Amino acid sequence: MAEKETTLGTLPKRDGNSGGLAALIKKTAAEKMGPEDHVLVWPNLVYLELISMLVITAGLLFLSIISPAPLEELASSDTTPNPTKAPWYFLGLQELLVYFDPWLAGVVLPSLIIVGLVLLPYIDPNPRGKGYYTFSERKFAVLGFSFGLALWYILIVIGVWFRGLDWSWYWPWDNWHAHKPITGGLVDLEVILEKTLGLTQTPLVTLGRYAVTVANLLTWVFFLGYYAVGFGIPFLFMRKFYNSLGFVRYNLMMFLFLSMLGVPLKIFLRLLASIKYVLVTPWFKI
Amino acid sequence: MNKLLDQIRENVTQTQVWKSIFRHGFPNNDANRALVMFSNVILHLHPVRVRRGALKIKFTWCLGGLTFFFFVMLAITGVFLMFYYVPDTRRAYNDIKDLGTVIYFGGLFRNLHRWSAHAMVFSVWMHMTRVFLTGSYKPPREFNWVVGVILLVVTLVMSWTGYLLPWDQLALWAVTVGSKMAEATPLVGNAGPFGPELGMTVNNDVRFVLLGGTVVGQSALLRFYVLHCLGLPLVMALFMAVHFWRIRKDGFSGPL
Repeated sequence: MAEKETTLGTLPKRDGNSGGLAALIKKTAAEKMGPEDHVLVWPNLVYLELISMLVITAGLLFLSIISPAPLEELASSDTTPNPTKAPWYFLGLQELLVYFDPWLAGVVLPSLIIVGLVLLPYIDPNPRGKGYYTFSERKFAVLGFSFGLALWYILIVIGVWFRGLDWSWYWPWDNWHAHKPITGGLVDLEVILEKTLGLTQTPLVTLGRYAVTVANLLTWVFFLGYYAVGFGIPFLFMRKFYNSLGFVRYNLMMFLFLSMLGVPLKIFLRLLASIKYVLVTPWFKI
Repeated sequence: MNKLLDQIRENVTQTQVWKSIFRHGFPNNDANRALVMFSNVILHLHPVRVRRGALKIKFTWCLGGLTFFFFVMLAITGVFLMFYYVPDTRRAYNDIKDLGTVIYFGGLFRNLHRWSAHAMVFSVWMHMTRVFLTGSYKPPREFNWVVGVILLVVTLVMSWTGYLLPWDQLALWAVTVGSKMAEATPLVGNAGPFGPELGMTVNNDVRFVLLGGTVVGQSALLRFYVLHCLGLPLVMALFMAVHFWRIRKDGFSGPL
């Protein structure tokens, strides 16, 4: 499919200019259209653009008049506002700081989003659903994208409207000037395993600053197991899916997809099981 | 009366000066309507003809065009604001205050700039969502989607650098939060994984490069100002040119 597209694109559109070659290629519905399906850009499209520009300008003027830009007190490093909020479009990432360390929430996860977006056209080999809205012809792609999009917007909404003093959760009807009690009691998965299974705290091996205990090793098994199982299930039981992607596309796509799913998973672990970190090393914690 | 108007029009449009500027007649016939698209550099962003379906708002929702429009709006209002703003921590805040109090239409231009910026961020997101849902990133348009992602990043960074310029509490602390994240970058941040092991301190890591110092101060304000008003718009214009050119070459996707 991809090849045919390129060939079609490089050949001159009119048959006469390609020595009749273009006529040999099966034409898409759009290219079968004759001149009667076309309209002049001036005035049809140009006027449409002019009208939308005018409408939007009116809208911007209206917003500017009813809701002026804020200007708070002069910047001062002596008084820290509570809470300190990033611009709204970054509040989803700031909200992630509740559940992840800054290197993940602020650097690695946004980088993965960007990398994932860049790779998107290359890891989606499905030729259908090009040029029209469809769900049934590309269910996985649309569902996956919508999931990420929903996550992004939900986190932003929480960050903008539900976070108050000390970044605590505030409902709209709460008193936003009173501090909420600090909720503690978060434990690492490692500690939970140690206690419930009665594991020894003496390290198996010590790698520099890193004392590897049995419980710590188990958390590695859980963490890597998540990816292993995630990679494994489609590979073993959904061969058609795997084959449609191929080795490289499959691995790139699954890594990005599982990492995306891991974000709400970690959020649930925190909310339901009070787990702070699932994996602890002296250099980084996840 | 009509005769007089015709005479005036004749006298204006038949001069050498007029003809040197406009190489087409009034676009009230098909030949001139085509010529106007060829001979005007801005209109030349369009083809002469489009498929009837391309006029359907419900396919594109005009989102890409609107994003560009917001960019133009930001450039115009931004230039106006630059006349009254000095990126000096002792002046910046008062300059912004003056915009709202002593400069004619200063407040309006600042508000327009701010709303256009918010609108641009949002319309970029919506545009990308639309392009995804219509599968318009599929071959042969993969690379133009990548260019679009670059434009998304530049848009966000431009918006963020602009956030610091009013030099109020909102600005300072929003940027402080952001730069805290930079500090945590793996390998190149002093608080990030393996950063300290690689010799990263507050004086030499990626945050220091971003802020031009260890705190959000004068150097940071100047850096953000230059990036916001000069560096990033240039990058943006370059990638926009590629983005639009590719759209012209490939056309709109699908049976519009």
